[in-house]
Amino acid sequence: MSERSSVFDMIGPVMIGPSSSHTAGVVRIGRVARRVLGKQPDEAQITFYNSFARTYEGHGSNRAILAGLLDFKTDDVRIKQALDIAKEEGLKYNFRSVGNASVFHPNTVKLELTAGERKVEVIGESLGGGVIRIPKLNGFTANFSAAHHTLIITAKDVKGSIAFISNVLANDNCNIATMSVSRKGKNDLACLVIEMDSGIQPIVQQYLSHLDWVQEVLYIPDIDF
Amino acid sequence: MAFLFDSFEGWKQYCEEHNKSLHETVLAFEAEQKGRTKDEVWAHLSNAYHVMKDAVETGLHEDMQSQSGMINNGAKKVFNYPTPVLSPEFQRLISRALAAKEVNSCMGRVVAAPTAGASGILPGTMYTLQEIHQLDDEQIIEGLLIGAGIALIIEQKASLAGAVGGCQAETGSAAAMASGAIVHCLGGNIDQVFNAVATTIQCMLGLVCDPVAGLVEVPCVVRNASASAIAFSSAQIALANVNAVIPVDECVEAMGEIGQSMEARYKETALGGLAATRTGQAISKRVLIQDIEMLPDEEQQEG
Ligand code: SF4
Repeated sequence: MSERSSVFDMIGPVMIGPSSSHTAGVVRIGRVARRVLGKQPDEAQITFYNSFARTYEGHGSNRAILAGLLDFKTDDVRIKQALDIAKEEGLKYNFRSVGNASVFHPNTVKLELTAGERKVEVIGESLGGGVIRIPKLNGFTANFSAAHHTLIITAKDVKGSIAFISNVLANDNCNIATMSVSRKGKNDLACLVIEMDSGIQPIVQQYLSHLDWVQEVLYIPDIDF
Repeated sequence: MAFLFDSFEGWKQYCEEHNKSLHETVLAFEAEQKGRTKDEVWAHLSNAYHVMKDAVETGLHEDMQSQSGMINNGAKKVFNYPTPVLSPEFQRLISRALAAKEVNSCMGRVVAAPTAGASGILPGTMYTLQEIHQLDDEQIIEGLLIGAGIALIIEQKASLAGAVGGCQAETGSAAAMASGAIVHCLGGNIDQVFNAVATTIQCMLGLVCDPVAGLVEVPCVVRNASASAIAFSSAQIALANVNAVIPVDECVEAMGEIGQSMEARYKETALGGLAATRTGQAISKRVLIQDIEMLPDEEQQEG
């Protein structure tokens, strides 16, 4: 059976309306995407799929996703003004509605973000109650919730790399909750997604990113902080 | 101690055996299950109550128009109407419940209690109760603790989600939480609190979830007002020891049973009830995005 709810779930959370799956969940997806990009995007191409495709305006998910990209938290009253604030801050955005995408969860959004030379693509699902899942990231299967501390390592698919990385994390006293690997092709790049119970020290991230077979290390602490 | 919030019977028994009040046991549950101290829980709830009162004021003073136009400053109109149909207090109760819920519909800050759709009920009832009876925040927070305990049991035995149990699960549960809290704050004992919950559930049973255009606006906003009124009527009945006849646990079971047999079109899908009326459909056509690209079949596999 699932874990018992808490008093905090019964009277709470404090949130921006109208609904946690259309606002809080979507803000979280935006926050994750911003962290994957590493900064505020200059341009955002935002595609809402399936049930989101019809309702995103009525439910304010368009404002919520921009709010996330602007790094607002889920209970920030500025979410409502996010369309204007994005314009003021020079964030160019465009929305697209796509139905009929049967491979996606009913409430799915895809973000294609650009900042200078850097481009990323993040797909997020809002599962209800503000809970999210990131099924794909830059074309790799990712499947993380961002509720833990998440480490995303893109690296050459060399032998022993996973064992090596787990070792480094263990030495930093990190408890790994989940870990998954996704490859684009044999001996090609691999994407390693590690969810941890606690955060890592900056030096660990630095060390990992300096390894010559590692292309990039992204660290996403608990998405609400 | 999780068993405590499996049934009202078990909750009462625990209180009696340990000589504890209802709200103390909720604190103990949270400490044992979630490792949170009394101070942490207390701080969370006083902040939540603060946000609730803020939402009421925001709804009564700022412009509350929703994107769809269906919500248009109704709470203010009710608050300022010259003739109270019952009493000025009743008028304030109704306008406050509307106000907080309108804030939710208009992308303002609220407390989901237990859900976003029902976020006007505890603010409307607790704010008004505090004002009428000159209660201090401590007493209201005790009431909220008991409300949380009530919701934990309903979640366990039935559901709190409109998509699972219909609107009885959302606004019905919030009304039950509120009526239990009201009775506690006015000095009621355990039986009276539970009787209020039972009576409230009896009044809210069977309510379907049929939001127009799938937006949490119509009928959600007015149901927050009616549920608040029912919370008070049940509290009035329960305090006088008028027995609900069907015990509270069985009332909740009935709610679960009704929720299970409800057809999907009455569970937040916007396919039945008010959402399916001619006007509901016309609104849906107007406010929902119609210009949608449909993927050709081969692209569906791309992901
Ligand atoms: S009608 Fe549905 S969406 Fe509206 S308050 Fe009730 S349960 Fe929530």
